[in-house]
Amino acid sequence: MPVKILEIRWHGRGGQGVKTAAMLFAEAAIEGGKHVQGFSDYGPERSGAPIQGFTRLSDNPIHLHNFITDPDVVVVLDPTLLGTVGVTEGLKKGGKVLVNSSHDPAELAAKLGVDKGQVFVVDAKKISLETMGRDMPNSPMMGALVKVVGLVELPWINQTFEKKFSAKSEKVVADNVAAVKRAYDEVHGAAS
Amino acid sequence: MEKKKGWKDVPLGGLIMEAGNADEYETGSWRTFKPVLDQEACNNCLICWIFCPDTSVLIEDEKIVGFDYVHCKGCGICAAECPKKAIEMVLDEEK
Amino acid sequence: MAKTSVPQIKMPLTGNDAGAYAMKQVNPDVVAAYPITPQTELMQEFAQYVHDGDVDTAFITVESEHSAMSACIGAAAAGARTMTATSANGFALMWEVLYIAASLRLPITMAVVNRALSGPINIHCDHSDSMGARDAGWIQMYAENPQEAYDLWLIGIKAAENHDVLLPAMIMYDGFIISHTMEVVETLPDDAVKDYVGPYKPAYAMLLDEKPFTVGPLDFHDYYFEHKRQEIEGMERAPAALAAAAAEYEKLSGRHYGPVETYRADDADVIMVALGSTAGTARYVVDVLRDQGKSVGLMKLRTFRPFPHGEVTDALGKTKCVVVCDRVASFGAFGSPTFMELRSALYEVAERPLVINYIYGLGGRDTGPDLLEQAFEEGLRVARTGEIEQHVSYLGVR
Repeated sequence: MPVKILEIRWHGRGGQGVKTAAMLFAEAAIEGGKHVQGFSDYGPERSGAPIQGFTRLSDNPIHLHNFITDPDVVVVLDPTLLGTVGVTEGLKKGGKVLVNSSHDPAELAAKLGVDKGQVFVVDAKKISLETMGRDMPNSPMMGALVKVVGLVELPWINQTFEKKFSAKSEKVVADNVAAVKRAYDEVHGAAS
Repeated sequence: MEKKKGWKDVPLGGLIMEAGNADEYETGSWRTFKPVLDQEACNNCLICWIFCPDTSVLIEDEKIVGFDYVHCKGCGICAAECPKKAIEMVLDEEK
Repeated sequence: MAKTSVPQIKMPLTGNDAGAYAMKQVNPDVVAAYPITPQTELMQEFAQYVHDGDVDTAFITVESEHSAMSACIGAAAAGARTMTATSANGFALMWEVLYIAASLRLPITMAVVNRALSGPINIHCDHSDSMGARDAGWIQMYAENPQEAYDLWLIGIKAAENHDVLLPAMIMYDGFIISHTMEVVETLPDDAVKDYVGPYKPAYAMLLDEKPFTVGPLDFHDYYFEHKRQEIEGMERAPAALAAAAAEYEKLSGRHYGPVETYRADDADVIMVALGSTAGTARYVVDVLRDQGKSVGLMKLRTFRPFPHGEVTDALGKTKCVVVCDRVASFGAFGSPTFMELRSALYEVAERPLVINYIYGLGGRDTGPDLLEQAFEEGLRVARTGEIEQHVSYLGVR
């Protein structure tokens, strides 16, 4: 049997921490004993250019070494990309789309041409500004993603922040943990 | 003819393990003209000794005593540089 | 997992992280390097280890890769354990000095983070850099993932420094695809790495030996050939040294590293051959196709130099069709480098398989399961009909 792998594709702009999120989410899953890959597509990026990041999670070793072309989940860090980049390209049937947005999931679903049950939103910009004092959507999006995919648990994310940033400052860790928790609580799908 | 060594016997990587073995290479056989010193004209300024590329000007007690014909290639730099014209390059028919 | 004699420490590492971490644990005497994408991170991280005092390596920042390899040669000839890394055009700039490192029998080890050799200019992966230097006299091993990048460098050091061999070694891993991809890597404790590579015992050391000697003199038609023959002999002895180094490493890590690695290949009608990260993707495709009842397998070629012709014929001799995938073009040649070597190795096999060649992934062209499946299907057709339509084809080009 081919190994079952959950594939997540991240879309954002240079400077929003797409690569960091793709890799940190994978790293958090290691805390839970998962096999992982975290990587991104490298081009001549400048701040603001569209960027893709990739995360693979599995209970078994992952041997694939290509881009994620048919993701199970798509994460969009910047809502202004929805009109410019084909974020749902190759999305698996019934796959999920998580968007940093204050808009209604059903409205975004119509725009993206997917079923409204597939779309989840969280206002990561607002959460980021209120918890960390700056617009860095990647941390809150990780918290929201935990809720959406289920495979990864919040404490694993927190432990990863602790490992990565505690040397920098405990405040950075606390702010990120707070952002992740709020996004986890606030992410929602369309009203049924 | 000298019997040359095979690949199992040559030093690793082309190293030369004996320092100063250029001494064994008798370059005197390259010579057509050999330097001959006119003791009378020479003032032992030793400019020839400084210029000789093969360290073949022999010195004792700060005086020239002759040439090392085993290594002298006969380039003639000593003769050309001598301010007293005390060195003559002569055809070296019998080495 | 086999029982190991030391604990394995799981770390989230990219290929470059893994390489830098291996260097840190080895703590070489000298590193001379120049940055180039995608190798840059590796050297940046190692420079940080130097700055933080985690290693006491003399780190020489030079003005070009030609100088980097030249400084490595000088350091190694002086008696220092020496390491470096590069990619693509930087690697090309080292070219003439690569041969000198090998001919002086200096066991320098180097990570080559594979990147397409210009032009047009490109920063992504293919094997045109390292494949071009396949005859430079270096041991060459291709890593599939960050784990192998770490493990093979340690094994490479041990084999290169073996006094039966005394040749430099390069460890390849795919630019970005591996160098910038984070996976879980099992590392050894510092002490275990130090014990494994052991104290450096140079064959000669200009700064340490008591008697002076000459390194790198002129060598004409009277002795040059003998020195090259001697160098060839070093390479001939490399398989045994690599096997011994890998066996000792397996005791520590539980991870086995032969020159080739097969997967579901024993009874396969079609065996794909691939190097580096693509071997991983091919392994996935083998599972997919086996589920569909198709008789396919994989042979990953890990060691390209010395080319393991015996292992290759053992692994491929009984199959019907071999599909060789190479991430490099060899202009004007009949097929890619791996195709040529492998076909030559199979020549003596009585009922040899048919061999077809796919050139793929140039300049980082993404190569997913669908493309490899396409190559497998053609292999199955050839196995079924016994007829090759085209020996050399291209996968994923428009």
